[in-house]
Amino acid sequence: MLDDAELQADHLLEVNNIEVIYNHVILVLKGVSLTVPKGGITALLGGNGAGKTTTLKAVSNLLHSERGEITKGSILYRGERVGNLSPSDLVKKGVIQVMEGRHCFEHLTIEENLMTGAYTRRDGKAAISDALDMVYTYFPRLKERRKSQAGYTSGGEQQMCAIGRALMSKPETVLLDEPSMGLAPQLVEEIFGIVKALNENEGVSFLLAEQNTNVALRFAHYGYILESGRIVMDGPAAELRENPDVKEFYLGMGDQGRKSFRDVRSYRRRKRWLS
Amino acid sequence: MSPTFLYTVEVILNGLMAGVMYALVALGFVLIFKASGIFNYAQGVMALFAALTLVGIQQGQVPFSHLINAVFGTDIHHFGWTVPTLLAILLSLCVMILFAWLVNRLILRHLVNQEPIILFMATIGLAYFMEGLGDLMWGSDIKRLDVGLPSGGSFWLEDVTAGWAAEGSEYYGMYIDLLDVWATMIAVTLVIVLTLFSQYTKTGRALRAVADDHQAALSVGISLKAIWVIVWSIAGFVALVAGIMWGAKLGVQFSLSLIALKALPVLMLGGFTSIPGAIVGGLIIGVGEKLFEFSIGPMIGGATENWFAYVLALLFLVFRPQGLFGEKIIERV
Ligand SMILES: Nc1ncnc2c1ncn2[C@@H]1O[C@H](COP(=O)(O)OP(=O)(O)OP(=O)(O)O)[C@@H](O)[C@H]1O
Ligand SMILES: [Mg+2]
Repeated sequence: MLDDAELQADHLLEVNNIEVIYNHVILVLKGVSLTVPKGGITALLGGNGAGKTTTLKAVSNLLHSERGEITKGSILYRGERVGNLSPSDLVKKGVIQVMEGRHCFEHLTIEENLMTGAYTRRDGKAAISDALDMVYTYFPRLKERRKSQAGYTSGGEQQMCAIGRALMSKPETVLLDEPSMGLAPQLVEEIFGIVKALNENEGVSFLLAEQNTNVALRFAHYGYILESGRIVMDGPAAELRENPDVKEFYLGMGDQGRKSFRDVRSYRRRKRWLS
Repeated sequence: MSPTFLYTVEVILNGLMAGVMYALVALGFVLIFKASGIFNYAQGVMALFAALTLVGIQQGQVPFSHLINAVFGTDIHHFGWTVPTLLAILLSLCVMILFAWLVNRLILRHLVNQEPIILFMATIGLAYFMEGLGDLMWGSDIKRLDVGLPSGGSFWLEDVTAGWAAEGSEYYGMYIDLLDVWATMIAVTLVIVLTLFSQYTKTGRALRAVADDHQAALSVGISLKAIWVIVWSIAGFVALVAGIMWGAKLGVQFSLSLIALKALPVLMLGGFTSIPGAIVGGLIIGVGEKLFEFSIGPMIGGATENWFAYVLALLFLVFRPQGLFGEKIIERV
């Protein structure tokens, strides 16, 4: 774990007061600011439609292909404005997004999927095959299924494939969008465990968007809470976990007992995904 | 062997070879559709344009000579040289690549995120523009294309097969045009090369990734703009090969662009997203229409080849809307 002083020392990514509009009319982010320190796991929390995905896409510049536009504010990576860079340029700079819902290439095998992650790399076959070995050590299950078509692997394997594919680009910062979506609790633990290991051993920084506040705050160092396009609260993860409001609204541990509406809802959602 | 049987074999062989040619045109459609979701109406005209360009370069024609002469009052038509076939083919390929780049730069780049129907309209516009451009650059007269492939019947085959017929029957052997045989071999080679390219190269893998999920492809840093130029270039290359084969057979003229109409039923049959589908679909249509014309045609006044393919394709559509090989829609439960 990093302590506060370290967290402030070295900012990789700075999002300054950005506004995002879809289709020229729908204002989705209303002045969001956050920072991602080098070597940390930063969580971006909030319910459905809060704007987490939009924030990540604003950084990775995938908004363009969805008719979204940053109309105000700025995004700096290592102090340099990155608003005009293409997603491909950003990947070359070390920023890559793992999209919500996994988005594996269904008709490609797991290994081919991983190899597409190395598309922008120019450092030779040996380095890429080392990266592949590295991914396989973190995700041994992917190695077992390397020849399977991704479309026929399980949800957990696809999530691992999506993360592994991003790692193949040798990223410095991974924007990870809802890795827990639709996965059984022990699988969520497993995947977050691997994220933590990657963070500690390989020095990869993460900006993690999650609805699953409980898990996210256990693994992250710092958290931001987003509601209807605004940051409403932020702080070190340990503090947020103890905050009474967070407990009540996001952790389902309010006075009325442990089961809250949110649990019921996410349970339903999971069910929908499985059916 | 009875002559009827031998005739039937001949018809099937000719059907297969025609089918390969249909498949070749259909392939161009499938490539672009898979990578960008665009139904490229201009694919047929691209074949015509490529063939015109090849003939023009080969014979040393001055491009836009009518226009130049009209404006400057000159009277030039030829440079006075001819270009060796292979070099001319390479130069035509360069023209098709330049064309692919221009289409992306000037048209498609401005239409990203538009509805498929709008992109489709754009390709209709493109088709008619190219038709005019082809005329303007190279003139609208019918041209003979000779790329040095042998043509005419194979005497060897005729001699051999003539002996197969039963004693005393009036059978003079099979007629197979050598040009068709060559065209088939070249088309098969092209398909194999394309398959190897898409399976085993980094760019090929990226093409398949874009075809599967272009958002995800963007997210790993694949540039869609670059991929689209590559895909249109490959489609241009396929159009060039198709244009050469059909042009050598029928002469280079406007009706060449109508071969696209032959590709449509192939696509309906094989599915818009499947390369094997385009090939098998082409073969089925080729053999189907030749057999039908041979067996039923004489009873109903012939000329069935114009519509048979469509009827066959419609029947298939009714029973299997995603096409014969329409990409399996992977659905997890
Ligand atoms: N392409 C789009 N066009 C128009 N509106 C959009 C688009 N994408 C998202 N939105 C809207 O922007 C808002 C924020 O969406 P976003 O996907 O960023 O939320 P989120 O926090 O990621 O939610 P979830 O947890 O459900 O993924 C929502 O109201 C959504 O309807
Ligand atoms: Mg989201």
